[in-house]
This record gives sequence, structure tokens and C-alpha cells, in this order.
Amino acid sequence: MNIFTKLYYQYRRFAKSIRLFLLTAGPGIIVMVADNDAGGITTYTATGAKYGMHLLWFLVLLGPVAYYVQEMTVRLGAVTKRGHAEAIFSAFGRTWGWFSLLDLVLTDWLTMITEFIGMTAALSIFHIPAVLTVLICWIIMGAMIFTGRYWTWEKIALLFCGLNLIYIPAAFMVHPSVNDIVYNSLVPHFPPGGFTNELFFLLMANIGTTIAPWMLFFQQSSVVDKGLREKDIRNGKIDTAIGALLTVVVATVLIVVCGKLLNGVPVDDAAVAASTIMPTSRTIGTLIAIGLFDAGLLGAICISLASSWAFGEVFGWAHSLNNKVREAPWFYAYYFFDLLLAGTVVLIPGAPLVLITLFVQVIATTLLPAALVFLILLLNDKKTMGDYVNTRWQNIVNIGIVVVIIALSTMYGVSTLFPDIFK
Amino acid sequence: MIKSLFQNSYAKIREINKKYETPTIEMSRWVKLSLLLLRLYLFTLIGLSLYKFITLLK
Repeated sequence: MNIFTKLYYQYRRFAKSIRLFLLTAGPGIIVMVADNDAGGITTYTATGAKYGMHLLWFLVLLGPVAYYVQEMTVRLGAVTKRGHAEAIFSAFGRTWGWFSLLDLVLTDWLTMITEFIGMTAALSIFHIPAVLTVLICWIIMGAMIFTGRYWTWEKIALLFCGLNLIYIPAAFMVHPSVNDIVYNSLVPHFPPGGFTNELFFLLMANIGTTIAPWMLFFQQSSVVDKGLREKDIRNGKIDTAIGALLTVVVATVLIVVCGKLLNGVPVDDAAVAASTIMPTSRTIGTLIAIGLFDAGLLGAICISLASSWAFGEVFGWAHSLNNKVREAPWFYAYYFFDLLLAGTVVLIPGAPLVLITLFVQVIATTLLPAALVFLILLLNDKKTMGDYVNTRWQNIVNIGIVVVIIALSTMYGVSTLFPDIFK
Repeated sequence: MIKSLFQNSYAKIREINKKYETPTIEMSRWVKLSLLLLRLYLFTLIGLSLYKFITLLK
């Protein structure tokens, strides 16, 4: 009898912790899956097509890196109850605050344009005109926030995250060698041809798509809007870890699919990859196109919210998804302004979309090191973080990651501006 | 209406600037050094971007 009582108690305890986790989970999974946005999907297809499965180990390595960086925003949000923009203004003063806010707004807006480019390209495969795609996106994104409840918004966003896993069946359909996947995932090596300028660009593009400034702002604001507290930090970390795992799984699967079907074919666009695969396998091509649309949509939802939250925090507007439109008019107005502006740019005939994509890379490179430095400094401020300040081990890992990212992203930024400099 | 919107925005920005005039983070040597290096990094990158922009225009 005693053993059954103990087992029942353990079961109840476990069930309760799962229920608690499900209540607090969301921001980490959403931000990490949204990280595989239209740009991300394009990067993975290009990586798979160019180098097959040879760079899988690099993506496996990026999972923990993304986790360690994003985990800091969970602690910062739960302890300070402030979004990232407000935390920077408060800690570093107005000059750094304005710099971060304006840089974020510009980067987010440009990235939003790339999301719309991805979505229109994805649906053009099904002969849906760009105008209709943009309209569909505006309606979905508007409907999601008009519910006036963070909970509803989050559950719909999680549904879109689930749709992001659409690539997994595609991987089974190409029948990859399990031994090849395991070897390429666990043994770091350069592809045949060694370390070249092109390889460096692709590696950096993979880093850039895994850790982006908007993610820091989004997850911290999301943690605050959800109302997570210090006691929820553990669940927030698990949520982020699951999200990081999903990001790596989606990236790996896509590289495997493109590595099998497009190896050696020059592909610089996920929509092109989908239409190239279509004649060979209509199902896989369709799955890639649907996944690309979903990735762009999820990215656009999160990025526009990151900017709206940041503005709301700094300007003191009501800025919660729990507010109705009439309660937080400026917050929602900014959200829609961002959406309308980005969607409209894509519809302008002859808009310099390639130049915009290039600009995104350079400006995101400028903000990323700044955002990471602010994050590390904030997490080491005892006055701000109290008992949740970075431990020595967390500092070793996080400062190591930040130093490497700053060095690489500087090289990337410089080589984007001056393509011949490292040749 | 537009004039009033600009006046309100200007007043709000002044209010924000006043509210966040003094940084609250403890300005240790480590923090000062990090911010100095960040400034140098940003000036270098912005300088390079401007140089690229000017040479493109030429």
C-alpha cells in the first residue's frame, strides 16, 4: 500500500509540474521557432544545396549558443519585470537607449520586408498574386491580436510553430542515410574544398539567422507580458531549451532534404528551391513552400511585436496583448503601421529588394554586438539582478559566445561592405 | 492637428530624456571599458559604412 501511495504522490507531483510548465511555456518556443524565419529557411536551403550535410555539426553547435543567449532574457525579464528596451534606457541612459531603440526599429522594419518577400515568393508557387498574399498576412496578423488576450495570441503563435515542423515528413521522404546524419552532426569538419570565402559567408548567415537582436527584445517583453516571475525562471529555461532543440531540428531537416535533392544546384532562395524540387517531388516542393510561408508569417508576427513592445515600454503607452485596442491604441497602431509599411514596400514595382536584404545584414550586424554587450552587463549588475546575477560559469560561457560573435559579425559586416577584403 | 502631434511627441521625448538622464547601472571599471569599446566599434563600423556609401556615390 505504502509503495502505491508513494507512486501516486510522485505521479501527482509530476503531473502538477507538467501542468505548471505548460502554463508558463510559450515565449521560448515561439522566439526560437520564429528564429527560423524566411531568411533562416533561405539560409538553410542554400547551405544544404551547396554543402550537402557537411555543415550539420555547425547547426547542432548553434543550438546551445542560442539557448545561452536567450536564457539571459528570461532571467532579466522575470526579475526586472521590464522589457529589453526599457531595461537599456534605465541602465545605460538616454543616449544608448535611443540608439538601441532606433536601431531595433530600423532593423525590424527591414527584416519585416524580407519576411514579406519570403511569403509572397512562397505563395507565388501556388499562383497566388503578391497583393493577395500581403492581404492574407495582414488579416491573419490583425485577427491574432484583436482577441485582446496574450494567452490566445500565444496559442495561435504556437500553432504556427507546429506548422514549422512540416519539413520533418519531407526528410523521411528523401530516405537519408542515418549514419551520414549522425556523422555529419557530431563530427566537426569542413566540406570538400576547405575553408573558402563562400563557406565563411554561409557560416555567418547561419549565425545571423540563429541569433538576432529582435529575439532578445521579443523574448524579454514576452516574458514580461506573460507575467512570468522569478519562480518561473526554471520553466522559462526549459521552454527556451525546447525551442532551441526545435530550431536545430527544423534547420537540420531542411539541410538534409536540400542536401539530398539539390546537392550542387546553385540555390540562393528557398522559393527557388521549392520550385526546383517540384518536378522531382511535388509533395516535398509543396511542403517547403508552405513551410517558407509559415516561417515568414511567424517571423513577421514576432518582429512587429518586438518593435511595438519596445516603443510602448519607452513611451509609456499601454503595451500588453492583454489590452483591447481602445485601451492600448498607440501600441496597436504601431504594430499595424509596421505591418502596412513593410507589406506595401514589397508591392512597389521595382523596389530595391536585394539592396534591402543587404542592408538588413549590415544593420543587424551593427546592433547585435551592442545588444549582446548590454545584455551581459545587465546580467552582471547585482543591483538589477539580485540573486539572479550571472554565475561565474554563465559568464565564462556567455562572454565567450559574445566575444566570438562580435569578432565574426564584425568580419561579416566588413566583408559585406567590402566583398574583396578577405580574398 | 499635425502641429499638435509634433508638439506632443517633442514633449514626450523631452520627458523620456529627463526620466532616463542618469544611468542606473553601477559604472564599474568593467562597465566603462565595455561601453568605450562598444563606442569605438560602432564608430568604426559607421565610418566604414559612410566611406562605402560615398565611394558608391562617386
